[in-house]
Amino acid sequence: MEAENQMQVDLGHLLAFDPYHHFPSPPKSREELVTQCLSEGTKLVQAVVDGLFNLTSTEALEGPLVKLPKPTTRLPREKHLPRPKPPTKWELFAKSKGIQKRKKNKVLWDEQTDSWKRSYGYDRVNDDADVPIIEAKMTDEPGGDPFAKRKEEKKKRVEKTEKNRLQNLKQAAKIGALPSHVQLAATALPITGTQAPPKKITKDELGSVAGLAATATASGGKFDKKVAGEKPVKHQGKHRKFLPAAEGSGMGNREKEQTDKVLNKLMAKNSHEILNVGKAVSMYNVKKQRDGRNQKGRSSFDSSSKLKPNGKPMKGDKKSPYQKSRKGGSHGGGSKKGKAE
Amino acid sequence: MMKINTPKKKRVLRELEKRAPKLVETGKKTLILQGLKTSNVLNSVLKEIYHLKRDSSVRYTRKNDNIRPFESGGETSLEFFSQKTDCSIFVYGNTSKKRPDNIVIGRTYDHQIYDLVEVGVENFKPMESFKYDKKLAPMVGSKPFITFAGEGFESIDELKHLKEVLLDLFRGEVVESLSLVGLDRVYVVTAVSSDRVFLTHCAVRLKKSGSVVPRIELVEVGPSMDLVVRRHRLPNESLRKEAMRISTDGLKKKIKNVVGDSIQGKIGKIYMPDQKIGEMALPNKAKGVKRERREAKLKHSEHAAKKRKEDGAD
Repeated sequence: MEAENQMQVDLGHLLAFDPYHHFPSPPKSREELVTQCLSEGTKLVQAVVDGLFNLTSTEALEGPLVKLPKPTTRLPREKHLPRPKPPTKWELFAKSKGIQKRKKNKVLWDEQTDSWKRSYGYDRVNDDADVPIIEAKMTDEPGGDPFAKRKEEKKKRVEKTEKNRLQNLKQAAKIGALPSHVQLAATALPITGTQAPPKKITKDELGSVAGLAATATASGGKFDKKVAGEKPVKHQGKHRKFLPAAEGSGMGNREKEQTDKVLNKLMAKNSHEILNVGKAVSMYNVKKQRDGRNQKGRSSFDSSSKLKPNGKPMKGDKKSPYQKSRKGGSHGGGSKKGKAE
Repeated sequence: MMKINTPKKKRVLRELEKRAPKLVETGKKTLILQGLKTSNVLNSVLKEIYHLKRDSSVRYTRKNDNIRPFESGGETSLEFFSQKTDCSIFVYGNTSKKRPDNIVIGRTYDHQIYDLVEVGVENFKPMESFKYDKKLAPMVGSKPFITFAGEGFESIDELKHLKEVLLDLFRGEVVESLSLVGLDRVYVVTAVSSDRVFLTHCAVRLKKSGSVVPRIELVEVGPSMDLVVRRHRLPNESLRKEAMRISTDGLKKKIKNVVGDSIQGKIGKIYMPDQKIGEMALPNKAKGVKRERREAKLKHSEHAAKKRKEDGAD
């Protein structure tokens, strides 16, 4: 009799299970089924609530808080158990030698500045790079830079730690215990023999591959069957632009411009002058004019310009050794900034 | 050549830590998605399940052509979605002539399919069709009671499996302590016949009774449906064993302020609060403060005053 009334209650999941329930007679209508199920459900929930309210409760803001016991029904996990990290190379070494970990202070007293400074990081005590004077030892060769040497040594040390860290992570990845925030990515494929590493193909190059392959056919890919979604070839046809055979002379003469450009480039390349003579001369002239004007304005009333009836300066006044050279003249006048192309 | 990639942003780091495998797991996320053809009933079923499990589920609304959970090749999409959304239970709905209003509830272990149960939905009543006092409506995310009734759950394999899967689907977060005020919903599952199960969602009313324990009243609130078990696939033994493993490392509590070994024995440190000795009252009163002394002094001084007066008068 008692066994029939047993209900399995799992407080950890708030679960109640009655394995002995059955319908004495099949319910005639839907409503009856529903009411019967609800009544059964009420009994079961009452059983759980009985158990719950009899647990020791503590007072919280909203009401009583109970500590739920561990659930009795076992459910499968969703992910594997976290695997323990394998010991790193240093940890193995320390264990074999019996080296204990020592607690280090985060701040240390700095004698030079009389303050507490970090032991690592920005503005740290005993920074290797902050030493102002390094005395030369007998073993040092003359002409060597000790500061650069220190920098190089530090770089080497950092590289070594990075390499060791990578090795430790690779070991962990082998047994599947890589930390969740770390990912190991392959940077380049291994180079076999004398083969160079394959070049990364750009999106544009990939797009034009079909067009490139089409040029192998006799008709230049005009009658090739296109796949759905294939875009037509860009820059079809000729790739070289030729100038018209006959054209007038003057400013718009394209062939002249072409040859002038080539000539200028050659001259600029082969001229060893650093000075841009044209620009220097014009700057000199401007300065002289400015100075002359200031002087004249202060000393005498009759400036050369005011004597004239129009008030304009004389036409031939400006003494300029600089003659307006044609484009493409000598002295590297073609390139304005004097840069060798 | 390998490169170490760590996230540059703290937000990404936090997300990765949330998805890392933990010693003690706290609740599975559910993925709800559909196949090529869905009926009205199926749409509302999936919608209601999503609403019941609002905070811990992800709903995909697009049709997915290539998902066939029971076929060997048709699981790859599901596994990919499980990896992408970090969901380990999925509810996949699809309708066909052979299987109308079909739902496949499946679980994953390490983002690989663990087990599947296929049920058909009949006599579905949505949440809107139930009339009840709005004050009783259960809150989103509250931990529900789950009740199973019926001998079928013990004797029939499929129903046993369905019971386990429904428990996993409907239990909320795994918590250590629970507030008794927040108990407001229950899922009532009854085995009606050897392959049919009646599932309904009710609100719980705690009424005053004579003792500490309140009296329970159920009010039907949420969706109610009949589930007809069609197919199911149990996990293979090795996978099941691995998934059910419990680790004992996490159960050991750290004891603070106790050190010791076999030679010295156990040594503990006790931290005392500041005793504020200066502000304490002394147990023995100082000699000068005692009442007899005080009175004697007074008398003496009076005596002395009188004497002086007499002398002075004379």
